Amino acid sequence: MIVAIASGKGGTGKTSLSVNLAALLAPVQLLDCDVEEPNAHLFLKADVETEDVVSMAVPEMIPERCNACGKCVHFCQYNALALAGGKPMVFADMCHGCGGCTLVCRRGAIREHLQRIGVVTTRSTANGVRLHSGCLDVGNSMASMLVEAVKDRLKPGEVAILDAPPGTTCPVVATLRGVDFVVLVTEPTPFGLNDLKLAVAMVRALGLPFGVVVNRAGSGDERVQTYCAQEGIALLLEIPHDRRIAEAHSNGQLIIEALPEYRPHFEKLWQAIQQQARTWREAA
Amino acid sequence: MKIAFSTSGDHLAAALDSRFGRAPKFLIYDLEAQSFEVIDNRQNLEAAQGAGIQTAHNIVATGAGAIVTGHCGPKAFRVLQASGIKVFNSDAATVAEALQCYRNGQLTEALEPNSTGH
Repeated sequence: MIVAIASGKGGTGKTSLSVNLAALLAPVQLLDCDVEEPNAHLFLKADVETEDVVSMAVPEMIPERCNACGKCVHFCQYNALALAGGKPMVFADMCHGCGGCTLVCRRGAIREHLQRIGVVTTRSTANGVRLHSGCLDVGNSMASMLVEAVKDRLKPGEVAILDAPPGTTCPVVATLRGVDFVVLVTEPTPFGLNDLKLAVAMVRALGLPFGVVVNRAGSGDERVQTYCAQEGIALLLEIPHDRRIAEAHSNGQLIIEALPEYRPHFEKLWQAIQQQARTWREAA
Repeated sequence: MKIAFSTSGDHLAAALDSRFGRAPKFLIYDLEAQSFEVIDNRQNLEAAQGAGIQTAHNIVATGAGAIVTGHCGPKAFRVLQASGIKVFNSDAATVAEALQCYRNGQLTEALEPNSTGH
């Protein structure tokens, strides 16, 4: 079972939920797909085992073979190619690595070379959380491709928790594609609700089973709960607004270890996820 | 020689658009024939990225020898420079005014981009 922890709004508690759920379920796989700001490793005591460089193929022109037909320029949806003075020009930092230009070129004037975009780091904790973290290089914008590289590490048949990036953009969609269940974390504020609605629209468009967790419940109002009830969305868990949780989190501690009284909350969450996933499967 | 002007309109009295890559249209003026044509740039106006590069590529295809615009970024500038197209920056209100400035020799050629990449 692959479960993604996502949210419309940032800072609602995706990573808190992911690392605590992973620690509870160990042995388990945890994938930090928030490749622009991976931080799950801060909460898990584990040394780096491997660090693999991830690269993407970008075009390189062989000018003497190019007849300036412009097919590659016309094909490129990312405007990474141009003809200037009858000569082809590549803007590698605009390339999304689709490889289409090399396919449409009939003269073999384009070859590809690998360009580094980031790394995937793997760690294992003593209690069996295997963490794969993607880390995008500074200045690079190919987050989705690095998310795919992190997901390539997924071992089929084992439970996996995917810590998604915030929002509803391409790297989030890349994270969610193919998962069995999505947990949308939100907070009971107008911002939380607004961005939750965007996230709900996204998972519905992707056709994925999902449920909602309200974090810091009691710090705002009841509008999120009302919205979920109106929309028939399962409310999987409410984590109360408790200063001690924030303190433990700020010190890099797991909630289930620093505040064991919250362990049943996460056990209940896992049960709710499994039950909801079953309900969706049966309805399908 | 033909000169391309970034604009939002269809005639010489139309406003000179300060943007290069995301200008809605380009007025291509033929100095010898004293006539012009207007090309649409909407596709690049709405591009997710690389509007300047693609616009520059299209300007090359018009056969223009110079471009008059408000701001031109580094990638577009590279394409224009490699194509031998001169870049002139102008804050004239209309295309006609910018054309007059060009004819009077009041525009100086830009030797580097005057807007940063993004």
